[in-house]
Amino acid sequence: MQFTNLNDFLAMGTHGFYVWLSFGITFALLFALIYSSKRKNKQVKNAIIKRQLREKKLKKAAQLQKESISTSKSKEVSS
Amino acid sequence: MNPRRKKRLTIIVSIITAIGVITGLVLYALSQNIDLFYTPSEIINGKDDSGIKPIIGQRIRVGGLVVPGSVKRDPDNLKVQFDLTNKGEMIRVKYDGILPDLFREGQGIIANGILTESRLLTASEVLAKHDENYMPKEIAESLGEGHKIPEYSEEQLNNKY
Amino acid sequence: MWKWLHPYANPEVSYHFAGKLIPWFKYLTILLLSIGLVWVLLFVPADYQQGNSFRIFYIHVPTAILSLSIYSTMAVIAFCGLVWQLKLADASVAAIAPVGAVFTAIALITGAAWGRPTWGVWWIWDARLTSELILLFLYLGVIALHSSFSDKSQGGKAASILTLVGVINIPIIKYSVEWWNTLHQGQTVTKLGAPSMASEMYWPFLVCFFGFVCFLGWIISLRFRTEVLSRNAMRPWVKSVAELSEKK
Repeated sequence: MQFTNLNDFLAMGTHGFYVWLSFGITFALLFALIYSSKRKNKQVKNAIIKRQLREKKLKKAAQLQKESISTSKSKEVSS
Repeated sequence: MNPRRKKRLTIIVSIITAIGVITGLVLYALSQNIDLFYTPSEIINGKDDSGIKPIIGQRIRVGGLVVPGSVKRDPDNLKVQFDLTNKGEMIRVKYDGILPDLFREGQGIIANGILTESRLLTASEVLAKHDENYMPKEIAESLGEGHKIPEYSEEQLNNKY
Repeated sequence: MWKWLHPYANPEVSYHFAGKLIPWFKYLTILLLSIGLVWVLLFVPADYQQGNSFRIFYIHVPTAILSLSIYSTMAVIAFCGLVWQLKLADASVAAIAPVGAVFTAIALITGAAWGRPTWGVWWIWDARLTSELILLFLYLGVIALHSSFSDKSQGGKAASILTLVGVINIPIIKYSVEWWNTLHQGQTVTKLGAPSMASEMYWPFLVCFFGFVCFLGWIISLRFRTEVLSRNAMRPWVKSVAELSEKK
């Protein structure tokens, strides 16, 4: 251990400001990168899922329409 | 490799080579300006490749080793004078200001200032150039490489202006 | 000879491969960087000249070395991508560039914070510092090109060409301290032969260095997966992958 008490550790000789500035900024940037990478991943996945749902809905709607047309046609035939 | 790929490869390789050659030439043309400083021997004898010398009154940076025993500090204020050397040539530097922590005899230093005489630089800024060797205090002391940060008395600092 | 590589040119295979790598890199990063942090801040002896500001070395030097290695890797991938028209290469370059930019920024900022107490200045326009700043701009240019085209493959092509043009900067950064007079000192750990530092200072450097390497592996794999997904959004395998992650 290079330091005997907390104050010495924080002061880093006379260079506390520079040392803590470097370590602070470095880890802030690393965590920001982790956060943004994870968020972007989630965003892309959500976009894909959303589009999938929309496609399903469209398909369903198309099918319903088809069915309704065919039933109305069959009604016409029966009448 | 099919012919299309081969063509692409040749195009890319030739573009890169061209850029490489151009950059090389530009750097070669600029090489004196890329140097951050003159060494004392370059001030006296001119640069190795081009022979360019700074003229008196020009603002330049000088980089060299502080000659041991040449540092003279005024006890009353921040004025200091020391010699810089490399390859046997010497330049005297006069400076009025606080020296960086790493300043010591034998240390590499860069002084930024005006060349007032052919071997005298009046510096407005002194930077310490440290080397790529790092070691703990104990090892440095066993090698006889002790280091003392320059110290200033209250009086010296107060007489700054 | 290259046959074993072929399956990895398939987006689905490489997507799952990157996914398998992530936890390894992640836990190794946490392990190595926490050991490194404690070691460097508490146990490494101060330098005889620089005192405690020497601790910045353990962030500055690994990130600076890696900022060059990342760029070189990116350039090799961009080259292969341009010649063989690999879509995955674009995804890789897009994944790597932001990480490289962050590492370069860290190297520049910690360098300034280290330069102030040792040299006496935050910044000086010497060859090493200036060329490293240009490297940051190259990374930013590659990122900008990737995001500024509506057609992704065209943006990827432009970014790859810029990457290749910028390669010229790499040897300049590396050898600037030997070719020209600079304020920046010479190489400590990357020069041939033994590193010029005491072994009790060198071991923690190795720990930090490999910690940062694992961090790179982790984040690049993650970003690579994101890029592959967004470029293959219409493929059936991507749909099932997105669904699976939703269920989790």
